[in-house]
Amino acid sequence: MVDYEFSVRDSLERWFEKDGYRTAGAADAKEALQQLQDAAWDIVFLDIKMPGMDGLELQRRIRQIDPELTVIMITAFASVETAVESLKEGAFDYVTKPIDPDELSHLVKRVIEHRRLRTENIQLREKVEQLATPTEIVGESRSIQEVLDLVRSVAATDVTVLIRGESGTGKELIAQTIHANSNRRYFPIVPVNCGALPETLLESELFGHEKGAFTGAQYRRKGRLEMANGGTLFLDEVGTISPKTQIDLLRVLESKEFTRLGGSKPVRVEFRVICATNQNLEKMVEEGQFREDLYFRLNVFTISIPPLRERRDDIPLLAKHFLDVYSLQMNRPFTDFDPGAMDKLVRYSWPGNIRELANAVERSLVVGKPPTVMAHDLPVQLERETDISSGDSLMEVERIHIGNILKRTGWNITRAAEILKIDRVTLYNKIKKYDLRR
Amino acid sequence: MWHLDLVPIYLSDRPRLLTELTVALERALPVTVHVRTPWFDPELSFDPTRGQYSSTRVLRYLLDERSSSSPRVLAVVGVDLFAPVLTYVFGEAQLDGRAAVVSIHRLRPEAYGLPADDRLLFGRLLKESVHELGHTFGLLHCTDGSCVMHASTYVEDIDLKSAEFCMDCRGSVPTTIT
Repeated sequence: MVDYEFSVRDSLERWFEKDGYRTAGAADAKEALQQLQDAAWDIVFLDIKMPGMDGLELQRRIRQIDPELTVIMITAFASVETAVESLKEGAFDYVTKPIDPDELSHLVKRVIEHRRLRTENIQLREKVEQLATPTEIVGESRSIQEVLDLVRSVAATDVTVLIRGESGTGKELIAQTIHANSNRRYFPIVPVNCGALPETLLESELFGHEKGAFTGAQYRRKGRLEMANGGTLFLDEVGTISPKTQIDLLRVLESKEFTRLGGSKPVRVEFRVICATNQNLEKMVEEGQFREDLYFRLNVFTISIPPLRERRDDIPLLAKHFLDVYSLQMNRPFTDFDPGAMDKLVRYSWPGNIRELANAVERSLVVGKPPTVMAHDLPVQLERETDISSGDSLMEVERIHIGNILKRTGWNITRAAEILKIDRVTLYNKIKKYDLRR
Repeated sequence: MWHLDLVPIYLSDRPRLLTELTVALERALPVTVHVRTPWFDPELSFDPTRGQYSSTRVLRYLLDERSSSSPRVLAVVGVDLFAPVLTYVFGEAQLDGRAAVVSIHRLRPEAYGLPADDRLLFGRLLKESVHELGHTFGLLHCTDGSCVMHASTYVEDIDLKSAEFCMDCRGSVPTTIT
């Protein structure tokens, strides 16, 4: 309570004390500033007219010290000009002396509610920020860094993005990252797995339906398009959409308007589209399975995610990442991979890409013994022939090929030497040279 | 048991109200009530610019009564009270202190253009008296809407609460005061 008159400060303090508030009084600006420096306060009642520095000037100083503080001006006269000025400077409200007890009581309730909502708002924003931030994209290889550069450049725009990549390469993760870095991040990203739903279900899933639109439609239901309003619509496996739904979808993308199934009222929507496919859309267009006009509408900005076998440099990093994630989730204290296990992981061709790698690591943590994942903890399919990728040297190719043949023959040296068209001694030398083990 | 001095000020036209309050307070609290006249001139607390009596000044004069030895003193006034920054107050008390004051002026239904109702007025006066005495025991406003220590901004708020302390507040009411 900052007021020149003792009786005003005193009676206000006593009024608030009985409500359980901690209060303090100051007779002038200097004393008030000192008190504000010494302790944290939530609300300041400030008399506009004071000798020395007046209330308005003090309010400016207070806002420099603590912009979050709620300032309420007290004025002896109903001086609208100064009161308005104080509000412009950021005061919460003003009261005229003498104050009606019920007005004061309402004012304090409003301040508390305002502060509560503001705090809640900050907390919710932080929460949304956390929720909107997808799982980390792990990788240092040049190819994945190029993908991330594209993601960064396209995120802030409103451009339609087509994400291409084999199954399990992380297309949805890329879509979430684009959304999380866009201006739409406070609105939802609504995923629709087009491949998982039959045509009629997909229609009602996308467009929603009115009550009685079909048997079982007992209630009006909002479709994914409406849910995505303001946010991002993520169409996964877009290549599987039937020709009829392709037409309907194209119409929505062009007009931003649609009607629910069984409805006649047009619904306006506004969202960004990100879609993903592992199919060859160009070939599908040629064969007439995918509409060319829809293809052009979706294929505005393309991001191609390389398969894992083309970014082997990232395998150790990804494997370690999943090891950390799953060991924490399962409460199994694994710290690392045995070199043999890591070698196996790096060598494997990973047709199921990152999803397969994640599953393999998860499984190894279940069967393995902490703290190290051994080669035999990894799934059996990893024993299959390892792939020779384009980046390998001649020596590396030889090492992999000999290893594969040995595996195929069950380490029958004579048989393997026959296939390789070398003698057994040479084969032994090479096994020794490359440190190949059963 | 402890003693309470009940000091009527400008209340000579309502002797029955005072008698009823005495009985009710002795039932509500572990007190013996002693009614006496004020030992100061109540007009000293009148503010001619506001046309009201200052509750703060009444409290000060009550505390200045050197010859009073009762551990608690409650003034009940028939005139309108104000605190310096507030337009009016129903009453005021020293938090964790000795003196309290209650006005019947705004507790009367007539103050709101309604017909007089002595029962209603008495009920409100009892609640406000117990409420202000509660502050002298150090009790703050209670969040329990039925507790007598619940804050009352409007006269209707007084009607909604009871004349009794909730379990938590009751624990702070002393059985003896020395």
